[in-house]
Amino acid sequence: MSLSAKDKANVKAIWGKILPKSDAIGEQAFSRMLVVYPQTKTYFAHWGDLSPGSPQVKKHGTTIMNKIDECVNNMDNLFGFLSGLSDLHATKLRVDPANFKILAHNLLVAVAAFLPNDFTPEVHLSVDKFLGQVALGLAEKYR
Amino acid sequence: MVAWTDFERETIKSIFGKLDYDDVGLAALCRCLVVYPWTQRYFGNFGNLYNADAIRANPMVAAHGKVVLNGLDKAVKNMDDIKGTYSELSVLHSEKLRVDPDNFRLLADCLTIVVAARMGADFTAEVQAAFQKFLAVVVSSLCRQYH
Repeated sequence: MSLSAKDKANVKAIWGKILPKSDAIGEQAFSRMLVVYPQTKTYFAHWGDLSPGSPQVKKHGTTIMNKIDECVNNMDNLFGFLSGLSDLHATKLRVDPANFKILAHNLLVAVAAFLPNDFTPEVHLSVDKFLGQVALGLAEKYR
Repeated sequence: MVAWTDFERETIKSIFGKLDYDDVGLAALCRCLVVYPWTQRYFGNFGNLYNADAIRANPMVAAHGKVVLNGLDKAVKNMDDIKGTYSELSVLHSEKLRVDPDNFRLLADCLTIVVAARMGADFTAEVQAAFQKFLAVVVSSLCRQYH
């Protein structure tokens, strides 16, 4: 399910609208994941406070969004761009790749809540495909 | 037997009480057919599903979206026995319609996103958790009669 020119255009366009609210959307996506899919908290047990609004949750939401922003700017070489991050997730973090889909879902929910009129089905399709490619790129080095 | 907290019961009734079933039914089904185009395989007799605009304007999609939301309404009104309430619907979907149950999850995800868009900030993480738990029970009940 590779990205067409239309998909890339849709992702860039919606990302332009996401950027001004990036920190808030990132925090929402990440904290929704921790609340709605509590098994994901197992990867962050060392943080202590995992409640929505906690400083670490906010910071990590921002970290994730900044990285996805870079992915938007590197859509033509996503796997190459994500190589180092894939190594990190594969060898050090060892996050089960099924969780990438879970985070993606919560990011879509957050975007829908913040940008209901812009997040049309056509845009949703393109972003879903893009996040799927990001997940594949992250899982590339796993085995 | 599913254990519902008071918060979950109130949240589900509140969400569905405020939804326009016609609007949300169409929006959710349309989104599912666009984002996951393979789901169109079950709607061969719906005519023009050629692109997002056609799907959005298709009266059969609108009618079916309404059917789905009214079906969910039965679960909202029978939260303590969704399994029993959906027994015949489950047989229908497995024996007659032969829908791959994974599609229920795809439609559930689309419905979650449509409700998030309608409710905005009111769709908090805790509300989302209750809503997704409800949909998971619905999906599980629809899957029960598959053998």
